[in-house]
Amino acid sequence: MHYALCLALFLVGLYGVMVKRNLIKIVIGLIIMESAVNIFIVMIGYRKDGIAPIMSKVMDPSVFLARSVDPVPQALVLTAIVIGLGVTAMTVAIALRLYEKYGTYDIKEIRNLKG
Amino acid sequence: MDSVTKGMTPIVQTVSGWVKGFILVFGIYLVLYGHLTPGGGFGGGVVVAMALVLLVLAHGKEEGLKRMPMHVAGELDSVGALMFLVIAILGMFAGLGGSFFNNFIAKAYPGEPYTLLSAGTIPLANIAIALKVASSLFVVFMMLVLLRVVYTEPGKDS
Amino acid sequence: MQIIPLFVAIPLGAAFFIPMVGRKNPRLSDTLANFTTLALFIMALSVIGKATEVYWMGGWVPRLGIPIGINLVLDGVSIFMLVTITLISFLVTLYSIQYMDKFTSKARFYSLFLLMVAGMNGVALTGDLFNLYVFLEIASISSYALVAFGGQHEELEASFKYLVLGSVASTLILLGIAITYAMTGTLNMAQVSTVIGGNFQPIHLFTIALFIAGFGLKAALVPFHAWLPDAHPSAPAPISAMLSGVLIKTLGVYALARVLLNIFGMTPLTSYMLLILGTISMVVGVLLCMGQDDLKRFLAYSSISQIGYIVLGFGLGTRLGIAAALFHLINHAVFKSLLFLNSGAVEYGTGTRDLNKLGGLKDKMPVTTATSIIGSMSIAGIPPLSGFWSKLFIIIACVQAERYGFAAWAAGVSVLTLAAYLRLLRRTFYGEPGEAQPAAKEVPISMKLSMVALAALCVAMGLLWMPSAQRTFLIPAARVLQEGLTYASSVLGM
Repeated sequence: MHYALCLALFLVGLYGVMVKRNLIKIVIGLIIMESAVNIFIVMIGYRKDGIAPIMSKVMDPSVFLARSVDPVPQALVLTAIVIGLGVTAMTVAIALRLYEKYGTYDIKEIRNLKG
Repeated sequence: MDSVTKGMTPIVQTVSGWVKGFILVFGIYLVLYGHLTPGGGFGGGVVVAMALVLLVLAHGKEEGLKRMPMHVAGELDSVGALMFLVIAILGMFAGLGGSFFNNFIAKAYPGEPYTLLSAGTIPLANIAIALKVASSLFVVFMMLVLLRVVYTEPGKDS
Repeated sequence: MQIIPLFVAIPLGAAFFIPMVGRKNPRLSDTLANFTTLALFIMALSVIGKATEVYWMGGWVPRLGIPIGINLVLDGVSIFMLVTITLISFLVTLYSIQYMDKFTSKARFYSLFLLMVAGMNGVALTGDLFNLYVFLEIASISSYALVAFGGQHEELEASFKYLVLGSVASTLILLGIAITYAMTGTLNMAQVSTVIGGNFQPIHLFTIALFIAGFGLKAALVPFHAWLPDAHPSAPAPISAMLSGVLIKTLGVYALARVLLNIFGMTPLTSYMLLILGTISMVVGVLLCMGQDDLKRFLAYSSISQIGYIVLGFGLGTRLGIAAALFHLINHAVFKSLLFLNSGAVEYGTGTRDLNKLGGLKDKMPVTTATSIIGSMSIAGIPPLSGFWSKLFIIIACVQAERYGFAAWAAGVSVLTLAAYLRLLRRTFYGEPGEAQPAAKEVPISMKLSMVALAALCVAMGLLWMPSAQRTFLIPAARVLQEGLTYASSVLGM
């Protein structure tokens, strides 16, 4: 099913966050995870043979109600994408600063804090 | 980093000069018609920021900073956010059953549905958000461009 | 009625206004920020004791009984959280007037700080699931930036770790919200509770698991605690106080309680899950904190242990258990932020946090010593300070619910906490003067003021258990959470 593909994408992202050692690859894993959840949310609103949820002068309200896909998840995903963008920008900035301080992108070398 | 300071070849610079204007206008279209067609503040703001980013990529960062200095972008950022908040709070005072985010313009002057001047405070909120998103993205991009990543030995910096 | 959205709008407005005017003039940003948090605190005090109010944003009231807008709900437990958040944020901004003089760009610090406060107020007030996610992210992102504020090695490393784990948690929460929407067709918390109606299918159990994992990671419960011992010590001291004092409680414990108790309703399975997680957190936290050499890391591990107490109280599900857990929540907010501010004062005065180098500071730093003693005795549970009462009532609630094993664990952990803190006090303030002692000096007036205020509150909070205070403040909060599923009717009924 289509939802299984979303789950597979989520697991790929999770694998990237957990296993990979390079900072940038961890960031990419995080982005993939967020994209997987966003795709999942949009797919929830799907209706078979649906039309886009845009009302205009020529659209009849009863046809709209009977056939359009759910617009609420699309609004949620818009917000979630922007939040993901903000987090990504901050993560990349911190990763660059970490390189400046430690000289390496390898997360196993960046272990000043112990215990 | 030559292309950061001086820009790319003249072919790229000429073509991008024509395309920038289109991108900017398209972004403004997305923002203004956000209540009728898909788009709105977020997407339109990103496209407007991309016009500025194209300028920086093609001509080098000095050109970009001349057109939009960093502190101006920072001020526009705060102005956009405050405008959004003011629109929301005005809904509380409008006296038409006021509550936060109340669409008071639509209650007072409902335009014809599906035309440009119809949905009350929504286009104004879209413009405020586009201002904020565009300036934020531009500032983030310039910060990442201007950051000179140099590793210094831990013993040497204070 | 109109005051409810102001709790979110005022800190947001101040957060965007301060960078515009405060960049050249740090004193102006100081006064603006303190004025804002003081105003919020007074507003929070003014709503104590009100009946449940629901505020529909934008005027979109429910038509035909179906909610179509986003609502803000001011019920007993929201008032409780608002008072906690605004109190601690006011005292911390007072402290940071002089602590943050060492850092550049105070305007940006206050801006991020007020954004965090706005996000936390929003989480405490909201009645809609996706709105919860948005405010959660606002508060979390501001805290990631604040942990990295100084730009040193350790702060960046800790912030990166915190960021990655926090983002994974938020993604899990978003997935849970998405599945809830798919199953019920609505995002309003009250309506979701009505639709689910207490009968759970396997998909609902999966959603509950996702929420426990996501919110548990934000609250630093034990399998998910790995970010906290790195993030809280590395942040500047006022931020550590805010993080450990209010952030993990609002974003983690309060949101978890709201979702599990009001939306899904307490079942024996979720109750047992919370009891187990709470107990493991208590024990692991206190065992790991005994061997620490760094002052703030010690306090961070002890936070994990005390959060375990609060979750244990929530897991019991009885009226006394929930009331005791909420009481411990506000107590821990007060004394843990006091202890973190003290550690900041020690660092400001001596320049180090290493317990091997500190010692014998009591002559040079008398105010810090006195307030540390009050804070440590309170967290260890010495009568008549506030910590004693809340721990006692959690243990009594365990016994009353016939969970004797958990009561024994709680009592044991309390004894270990006392031992750990006595040792901490001896190593820092009493005993042989360490290397850092000769150069130590006392802290400036604004820092002293907030520490003394918090210490006074530690003593005064013990009085909160008096019947009159209990009736207006604590019992309404406990009642809302304990009668979980009636939340829906009280919100939709208006």
